[in-house]
Formats: sequence, structure tokens, C-alpha cells
Amino acid sequence: MSGIAAPNEPLDMIRLSLDEKVYVKLRGAREMVGKLHGYDSHCNVVLGDAVETIYEVDDTTLETKVSTLCGCSKKQTRTNKLQTTTKKSDMLFIRGDSVILISTVSE
Amino acid sequence: MSEKFDPSAFLSKIIGQPVIVKLSSGLEFHGDLQSIDGFMNVVLEDTKEYNKGKLTKTYADAFIRGNNVMYISQA
Repeated sequence: MSGIAAPNEPLDMIRLSLDEKVYVKLRGAREMVGKLHGYDSHCNVVLGDAVETIYEVDDTTLETKVSTLCGCSKKQTRTNKLQTTTKKSDMLFIRGDSVILISTVSE
Repeated sequence: MSEKFDPSAFLSKIIGQPVIVKLSSGLEFHGDLQSIDGFMNVVLEDTKEYNKGKLTKTYADAFIRGNNVMYISQA
């Protein structure tokens, strides 16, 4: 192994978070919070009682009816609202290659 | 430049010091470098996350998977 592996390795921090509530930041503007049941050196992770939050920009065009003097016309507006979706799962496996960051969360 | 300058010597030298870790996505993490390994997996303490220069989140301890890292800089 390379010479920079210290006695205190980064994966030790994940080991110390076992059975604690952790926050996992994932690729594709997703994040996951749940209890850390297991992990390996690829950062494959198993979470219990997991809540996934997906952030996406809602860029659908809205047609709203606008009443004008000459009756009714349709107005198109582009909304760029940030939309969040949450999904829950009792037990969940995350493949390590989509992991960006892992941190403990205080309850 | 009297000292030997190889990258991993630099990285072990800055353990415990404040650093900036920039990811290829553009996210930046400012914190104290607690540990690092050969994959460039990194643990930062008292971490602040900046997105486009704005503070977006803080973490007590943050593990960052090495494949996302673009650079590690001494703050």
C-alpha cells in the first residue's frame, strides 16, 4: 500500500459510525439518511430506515389563464422551482460508486 | 525547495491542518484534515460545504470518497 495510509484511516471514521444515524450524499443530487448497518472498502453501504431525498429543478411550463379585456388568453410561464421528492425504505443497499460523502447526523 | 517533494509526503505533512478539498463537481469542503488514504478518501473535521462560493452545509466529521476529489489544498 502507499505510504500515506496513516494509522488512522478514513474508513475508520465510517466504522465508528456503525449503528448510528448517517447522512450520505450521492451523485445526481440525492441524499440518504438512515442507520448504518454495514459498509465495505468500496463504500458500498447498507442503511436501515432510510429516507432518500431527491432534488430536481421543476422546469415544466405552466399554462395559466389570464383574463384580459378581450376575453381569456393563456399565458405560459417557465417555473424553475426546486422540487424535492422523498422515498422511504426499511433496508437499502447503496453501491459505493455513487457515494460522495458520508457524515454522522445528530438526532 | 530543500525538502523532498512527492505528493504523498505533502499529504501526510498537512494532516491536522486546515485544508480545502475541491470535488470535480465544483463543490468545495473547508475543514481540518483528519486522515487520508491511498485512494484519496479523506476525513475532514468541522467541515463547511461551499457551492458556488456560498456556504451550503456544515458537518462535524465528513468522509469524502476519493474518486470525487479534484484537489486538496492547504488553507
